[in-house]
Amino acid sequence: MSEQHGQTDHEHHIVSPMVYLTILLALLVGTGLTVWASYIDLGETHIGSLTIFWNPVAALAIACTKMILVVLFFMHVKYSTKLTKLTVISGVFIFLGLISMTLTDYMSRAWGRW
Amino acid sequence: MSDSTAIAHDTAAEAHHEHPPYQRHHFETVSQQFDATNFAMWLFLLTEVMFFGGLFTAYLLLRNWYYPAFVVASHQLNIGWGTANTAVLILSSFTMAMGVWSAEMRRKGMLVLFLVITFILGLVFLGIKTIEYHEKWEKHHIPGWHYSIQNFTNPTSDPEVYNEYHDKALPVDIASKTELYFFLYFAMTGMHALHMIIGIAILGYLIVRARAGDFTTGHVTYIENFGLYWHFVDIIWIFLFPLLYLISRH
Amino acid sequence: MSAATIVTLPDQATARIPKTNFLTKENGLLSWLLTGDHKRIATLYLISITFFFFIGGALAGLIRLELLTPQSDLVAADTYNKLFTMHGVIMVFFFLVPSVPATIGNFLIPLMVGAKDLALPKINLLSWYLYVVAGIMAIYTMAAGGVDTGWTFTTPLSTHYLNTHVISTGLAIFVAGFSSIFTGLNFIVTIHKMRCPGMTWFRLPLFVWSNYAASILMVLGTPVLAITLVLIVLERTVHIGVFDPAMGGDPLLFQHLFWFYSHPAVYIMILPGMGVISEVVSTFSRKRVFGYTAVAFSSVAIAVFGFFVWAHHMFIMGISNYAALVFSLLTMLVAVPSAIKIFNWAFTLYNGSITFETPMLYAFGFMGLFTIGGMTGVFLGATGTDIHLTETYFIVAHFHFVMVGGMLMAFLSGIHFWWPKWTGRMYPEKISQLAALVTFIGFNFTFFPQFILGTLGMPRRYAAYPPEFQVLNVFSTAGASILGVGYLLPILYLTWSLKYGEIAGDNPWQATGLEWQTQSPPLTENFPEIPIMDHEAYDYEWLARQQQKEVASVG
Repeated sequence: MSEQHGQTDHEHHIVSPMVYLTILLALLVGTGLTVWASYIDLGETHIGSLTIFWNPVAALAIACTKMILVVLFFMHVKYSTKLTKLTVISGVFIFLGLISMTLTDYMSRAWGRW
Repeated sequence: MSDSTAIAHDTAAEAHHEHPPYQRHHFETVSQQFDATNFAMWLFLLTEVMFFGGLFTAYLLLRNWYYPAFVVASHQLNIGWGTANTAVLILSSFTMAMGVWSAEMRRKGMLVLFLVITFILGLVFLGIKTIEYHEKWEKHHIPGWHYSIQNFTNPTSDPEVYNEYHDKALPVDIASKTELYFFLYFAMTGMHALHMIIGIAILGYLIVRARAGDFTTGHVTYIENFGLYWHFVDIIWIFLFPLLYLISRH
Repeated sequence: MSAATIVTLPDQATARIPKTNFLTKENGLLSWLLTGDHKRIATLYLISITFFFFIGGALAGLIRLELLTPQSDLVAADTYNKLFTMHGVIMVFFFLVPSVPATIGNFLIPLMVGAKDLALPKINLLSWYLYVVAGIMAIYTMAAGGVDTGWTFTTPLSTHYLNTHVISTGLAIFVAGFSSIFTGLNFIVTIHKMRCPGMTWFRLPLFVWSNYAASILMVLGTPVLAITLVLIVLERTVHIGVFDPAMGGDPLLFQHLFWFYSHPAVYIMILPGMGVISEVVSTFSRKRVFGYTAVAFSSVAIAVFGFFVWAHHMFIMGISNYAALVFSLLTMLVAVPSAIKIFNWAFTLYNGSITFETPMLYAFGFMGLFTIGGMTGVFLGATGTDIHLTETYFIVAHFHFVMVGGMLMAFLSGIHFWWPKWTGRMYPEKISQLAALVTFIGFNFTFFPQFILGTLGMPRRYAAYPPEFQVLNVFSTAGASILGVGYLLPILYLTWSLKYGEIAGDNPWQATGLEWQTQSPPLTENFPEIPIMDHEAYDYEWLARQQQKEVASVG
């Protein structure tokens, strides 16, 4: 494959400004949504000894959605190589591993001894 | 896994002399250089994710332990400024992405314009943060520096916040935990702001080079990779905003 | 010991070091201080880490001298605390972590993948400068009075109860951490993106796989250490309270964050060493490594599993029983890939044509001592035994077996193995074999008694101890002096060999691998033309055909 003309890589998909604009609007809507949701009490649900508080769940869900939009479109990951996608996923995985394994220690202390 | 991208020609010796000026000698092709540096930037962003990860862990633990203190303390943050800052950063991410597009389309004027707008938006963000930090300083909410829990043990002493949220008075031992909240606030937003400052400084340098036409001849690597950094800083704020400002406003 | 050797040197009467090589290409201090050449940077690193090794070694000597007698009579208890702390900090962060990756790895990875340099040469140079800055900060700390928290900086001791130089040490390690991150980042990019044509993942030498796995740990783990040190500094300066129970914080949070890095750190330290052993065992048994795929994947498995076992350093610190159970189970699992490697090396040796040159002697030492160290790690991974053995000399013995008996031996093995490639000259074989033997004997005398001391109950990090432990401590110190000789000898004869060593030629070991197909020392650009890889790793038949072709074409 000739690389002589290859100033831009063949896999270098150029994302159109319309896509960027759409994402921008989505992000701004998400911001408004999350602010609005924080003023409302979304309640809680009890499952056995576990309680799910919906406000933080909603806030994190909106934040994660915004992050995914930025990563996929602004950072071009949707059009990137498998390696880039794998890199992003492993970063998220280790980050979640740090947090969850540390916090499960704290949470399980309340369970007392065996 | 075969993502080897280097292709050696039998005319390797000739190809060596034909590469564009911005291709470094240890790379075989421009494409390899772009791929490698792009991947390197992603790896660097992973290190940043883990760097902030320690702070997020501390936050999640302490918020869980001292939720009432965190709720009341978070009311001290002005939601108007916070939302504005979030919008500013999201907009700056958009303009940065447009800058990358301009570089890819080789439109120098547009590139410089978008970089400058991004630069200005970054300064606006820092300006708003300065206003917020200053307010914290005035109200003695900076941990380790004449920290005062008076606004929490006696909420009516702060009419502006009290009229909006009508928080109950906290007992002294819980009120003292608000200092942990503010430590996290300053540590996380401060670390974020430090990354913004570094980003803005680099952006200034990129604007100078963009004006000279360095990035509109096909060499988009710097702009694209800086864009990744800038978007990452935006993503951190996308999480900081709900975690710090929106704990509970009802 | 048999006189058989695979060493094949060119005719010394006519052999010359190639006139153009990376050492002679440019002259002058600036050409070294501003270099982008990975081989020069590796050389700079080699000199720097050797310097710190001897500082750390001197501190070890002082520790062992103090422990000759039960009383704290050579130094005060506070000073003793500083000795073992600085010994740990320097050995871990300024010697072991950079040892193989930043020296041998930097030198070899581009050569092994068939590239002209690492992907980011300037970042590579920056990495060395960060190391030097960190080193200066560490030396400043020692000169200013040292720090006595133990290299683990456990809170609240380090944040609230001591007045020593915790902050400057923390900052020094912070900077050294970024040096490590940049090295790892560079390796990952290079291995993914700069392999020469035909160099598929499964044709890479296993040394590359090991460094790749270690680099993942460096990139993902070290930043957590960085933020932890920042928090320690903030706690000490601003009193934020995050680790202070009185202010609502949690000292255990520090330990979680610290060990999240520091456990993977031990794999950062050992994996590159294991990579060296793969290369050496293959070359000196003239056989491809048994179960290449298993060894390659086990390196990555160690890296991945290694991220999820950190709380086994915290079993007695107050974590929940359930967390202890989970981490203990995962610790047992992480031992499996390491064991797989040992089995694979053993099967490589089986039916091989084994010779006992110095690198191979060190490799044998590694295999035996690392196995012992690793197995004692399993004892410690079981919570029931850990409760009794933790914070005793059993732990000290365990990690010295894996780190010194394991890693340091692997480092020396690698240095000897690639010395001819690096310098163009051979080291003197007889004295180096003697040094290896002396090291092995000294090591066992030093650290084996410590296992016994630990099970008898002698605590670690104490300047004074009950008199019944003295005999074993004297043994240990005697061994340490022998060990010291074993480490001094290489410095002397390797330096000697720079001028008087035999000319090595391209491939004195008849080894496979792209680095052995170039001149010794290599050109700055490594290869005149990017090679094309058309054979599997450790393909000794291919090597034999190459040599026949050379003989045929010359004759």
